[in-house]
Amino acid sequence: MTAASLDTTAKTSAERGALARARLLRGLLPALSLALVLLAIAWLNPRAISYFGFSLMLNLAIPIALATIAQMFVIAGNELDLSIGTFVGFVGCVTATWLKDAPLIGVVILLGSIGVYALLGALIHLRNLPSIVVTLGMSFVWQGLAILVLPKPGGKAPDWLLGLMAFKPPFIPFPIIAALLIGLIVHFGLMRTSYGVILRGSGGNPAALGRAGWSLLKTKIVLFALAGLFGVLSGMALIGITTSADANIGNGYTLLAIAGVILGGGEFVGGRVSPIGAVIGALTLALAASPLLTFMHIPPDWQVAANGAILIIVLAARVLISRKER
Amino acid sequence: MTSVKSLLTKPWIWSFLGALLVWLATIAFTGGYGAGGMVTAALSLAVFTVIVGVGQMFVITLGPGNVDLSLPANIGLASAVAMKVMDGNDSMIVVGLLAALACGAAVGAANYLLIWALRIPPIIATLSASFIIQSIDISYGRGLQIKPPPGFADFANWQILGIPVLAILTVLFTIGAAIALQRMIYGRSVLAIGQNIRAAWLAGVNVGRIRFLTYTLSGALGGIDGALLAGYFRGANVDIGNEYLLASIAVVVIGGTSVAGGKANVPGVWGAALFLVLLLTMLNTFGVSAGVRLLLTGLIIVGVITAAGGQKALR
Amino acid sequence: MPEGNADIIRLNGAEKHFGAVRALGGVDFHVGPGECVGLVGHNGAGKSTLMHMVAGTSTPDSGQIGVHGKVEDKYSVSRAQQLGIRCVFQELSLCPNLSVAENTRINHASLRGLGWRRKAAELIAAKLDEIFPGHSISASDIVGDLSIGRRQMVEVARAFTVIQDRLDLVILDEPTSSLDAHTAGQLLAFVRRFVAGGKSCILISHVLGEVLRNADRIVVMRDGKVVVTDAADAFDRDRLVTAMGGAEARQKIAAEVAAAKPGASPLRVRARPTAQKDGTDLVACAGEIIGLAGLAGHGQTDLLLAIFAAASRARTGIEVTAPVALVAGDRQSDGIFPQWSIAQNIGIRSLARLRNGLLISPQREAELAQFWQKKIGIRTPDMNNNIFSLSGGNQQKALFARALGSDAQIVLMDDPMRGVDIGTKLEVYDLVREEAGRGRTFLWYTTETEELDNCDHIYVFKNGRIVANLRRDELTEEKIIQSSFGDAA
Repeated sequence: MTAASLDTTAKTSAERGALARARLLRGLLPALSLALVLLAIAWLNPRAISYFGFSLMLNLAIPIALATIAQMFVIAGNELDLSIGTFVGFVGCVTATWLKDAPLIGVVILLGSIGVYALLGALIHLRNLPSIVVTLGMSFVWQGLAILVLPKPGGKAPDWLLGLMAFKPPFIPFPIIAALLIGLIVHFGLMRTSYGVILRGSGGNPAALGRAGWSLLKTKIVLFALAGLFGVLSGMALIGITTSADANIGNGYTLLAIAGVILGGGEFVGGRVSPIGAVIGALTLALAASPLLTFMHIPPDWQVAANGAILIIVLAARVLISRKER
Repeated sequence: MTSVKSLLTKPWIWSFLGALLVWLATIAFTGGYGAGGMVTAALSLAVFTVIVGVGQMFVITLGPGNVDLSLPANIGLASAVAMKVMDGNDSMIVVGLLAALACGAAVGAANYLLIWALRIPPIIATLSASFIIQSIDISYGRGLQIKPPPGFADFANWQILGIPVLAILTVLFTIGAAIALQRMIYGRSVLAIGQNIRAAWLAGVNVGRIRFLTYTLSGALGGIDGALLAGYFRGANVDIGNEYLLASIAVVVIGGTSVAGGKANVPGVWGAALFLVLLLTMLNTFGVSAGVRLLLTGLIIVGVITAAGGQKALR
Repeated sequence: MPEGNADIIRLNGAEKHFGAVRALGGVDFHVGPGECVGLVGHNGAGKSTLMHMVAGTSTPDSGQIGVHGKVEDKYSVSRAQQLGIRCVFQELSLCPNLSVAENTRINHASLRGLGWRRKAAELIAAKLDEIFPGHSISASDIVGDLSIGRRQMVEVARAFTVIQDRLDLVILDEPTSSLDAHTAGQLLAFVRRFVAGGKSCILISHVLGEVLRNADRIVVMRDGKVVVTDAADAFDRDRLVTAMGGAEARQKIAAEVAAAKPGASPLRVRARPTAQKDGTDLVACAGEIIGLAGLAGHGQTDLLLAIFAAASRARTGIEVTAPVALVAGDRQSDGIFPQWSIAQNIGIRSLARLRNGLLISPQREAELAQFWQKKIGIRTPDMNNNIFSLSGGNQQKALFARALGSDAQIVLMDDPMRGVDIGTKLEVYDLVREEAGRGRTFLWYTTETEELDNCDHIYVFKNGRIVANLRRDELTEEKIIQSSFGDAA
């Protein structure tokens, strides 16, 4: 008996070791892909690896990271938001107009739009609707509203926002600090707090959560409201950088945000998401699409392809790792 | 009376009724002026949505999670390929069309290859594919100012008695698609997979092959659509397909196809495409701004899906 | 009545119907304090339904539930938890994306605020240490990465954790099904300590030895009713088996089956379960009806699916020489196409033969449907009605028609008679024997022992392996129960 149980513990510890290694590898994959992209940039143009180079390359990293976090909350609940890009554009237009000219009304509009997101979560849960179609419709709505708010490109960001986004801390470029901060705050909120567990559980095994007495309606509302909140932050950050707005300014963010979540180790179903991974994924995509690449022998034509290729390579690597786990 | 009743139970009738209503509202506003021209214009524009809509419909019918997000990039690339191959030369029209078709089919096949090999959801597979296709298109079609051959442009804009020939051909094509859906092994298999993929496998359906064919078909239709668009608008450009991502999904949903899969509706795609185009015409006629137009389009999509609601599958 | 002496829970005359099927027919059941009640019975005897009522996840159609001596009118899961009743369900209710400690948090709303993670981790780790010493599970492990056995350990330990709520009764539904002998022993020893401490337990297990050794009182269920209740000492293995199987003699159907079978017909299927070590094969020849017996979920369905897959793509260890069709037992998930008519549901397996040129001929499809409507007796005015217009038994007949109307010479039946009325059953039995007489081969997995009387040859499964191989004339219910309940794994 003793011999047998000794034997099993020995075997299981080896088994656990292999499993832990594979898990570690899976967890490090987003960071590895970021490192790989950085290496490629350093190889192509060593001068890019500098305070100035990073500030330039990661110019748009903050809004992309925030939009990715917004998408991540929706994906954590097994849904998908196809409207986050146009929502970011709408927020941008409001920021460049109302928020500057009549701050109080601007704040009310932005809070109201977060409320709309919460209502969408409720609608999707109560009517059991496919989120893809609902958010697809909403993407038209946000774009329409954006054009109504700002028919022609223009407007101006509030000065305090411009000041904030132009912040130049010593040694480490602002985008990196900000991204780190965003990742850590959301990580704490979603991965460490007791209600964060319930939110993630609602994606992992909704039936079990319901059986334990939690309201799935509430979790869905909270997840969508958080998505709205981070969408608002993303739109404001974007305008803080670009200084003026355009109704189409956020359109590309829908697909970028989905790609960022997946790059960061998130999965479409099962509540498996990682805030820090998502931020790293967003940084990777921001780098791969950064304007600086134009100055290094990469034709601008292929920047989008770089995003697609990174996505496919990372997913392929993930398949290989999970095969090893079996 | 009973025939009217049975007609009202068809899910596609509502999109046609909607289109009719919008058209009537518009000509009431204009006092009957331009009623015929409006229909002609609506038919010409709806064609392009219908062609990709049918492809998207087959994909969506495969069940939850199945959607082709690579259509815009695919349309853009195929339009460039067609224009380059035709090279303004009337004798190359057929070759150019075939090239666009092959290009689209290759994109579709690549999509399924990604889904199958990486075991990832179709949304992500077609999304990453579209990033790459977009770049190929930008690189391949850069500075492309090649006009379509005059014969092809004329063909794409050809009308007989105010009816666009392309629309007639597309009607024939959609009839074929409807027959394929209901009366061919392929269509039946798609419907079976969409209702219950496991039951379909256990009933002897070759699930892998049918899914492959469906994604390839959707790609091929995107390709041919790209070539026709370039002919109609007399030139290819990278953004030519952009509006067809949302439009293709929207016409499928409004047309009465179930987003949960397993229930498709070909006539509804036509109705919904006409409805969307006429809606735009109406709002333009009313002098409504672009913002209100988009806003209403979005609200209508959300409204339709909420009314149809409660059909999401569990997976 | 002083609360200390009251029954923890008492059900009087509980009844439950699912459609036309009676799952529970007036059951009286109670659990006293400091008592371990063993609950045994075949699959479908009504144990799970009864336990769902005790746990509050399902309410009886009629009957009364009392907890701690008070009648509960609005009994629910949350009420059950307040009253100290918890259940470890057979299907796992852990979130695979969360850690062990986080899963503990889900069941304890009071675990929050600063340091909740540490508290949760300590709580679950202490309980795991108490129940499964040397378990090697860390509270920070992600549940999805744990083996199925370890997940079951976490699930069990979580049910026994206490913060503020009271805990009086834990239902353990097959708690040892994924545990090895060592950990199963640890769990049962803990259950005895738990009960000795004045708490109560309901233990459901197919391993009869476990129940006999650990329960104070044993309740035997059959066909939705409690048939025997007695102190555990009053039972031995044989008495338990007899009580479960039904003592009254059953009439044997179709004695003529065994007669006049061609001696050497061509081989149709030769298959070996992947877990089989001793080289035993399942062999089926043309015209044979082969039974797959044993408890549910012991590898019968897996083998049928492997044979089904092998028919289209070659697999090692499985030889299939003719086209195959499958009759699903779980109609909703494996068989029915809910949007379609009865005729379309029947035709899907035979589309290639229904074609006229490239197109499927509606006329031929209708003919096929009508032929089988007559032959198998599907009761409907119109075969173009939706499949759900049929009763469950007739839906099942449509699935039989799908398989029998196809070109398949081998028909796999995955316990297709679950929840089907007796009239339908008898009709289908006749049809199966008739088709076998024409040379078709049937592989018939069933959880209903009477159905095995229709078979020429029976393979009994346990833990994914064939453990017995009986000819029809050797078949007795006791033999099957002995092989499938054998404690020596």
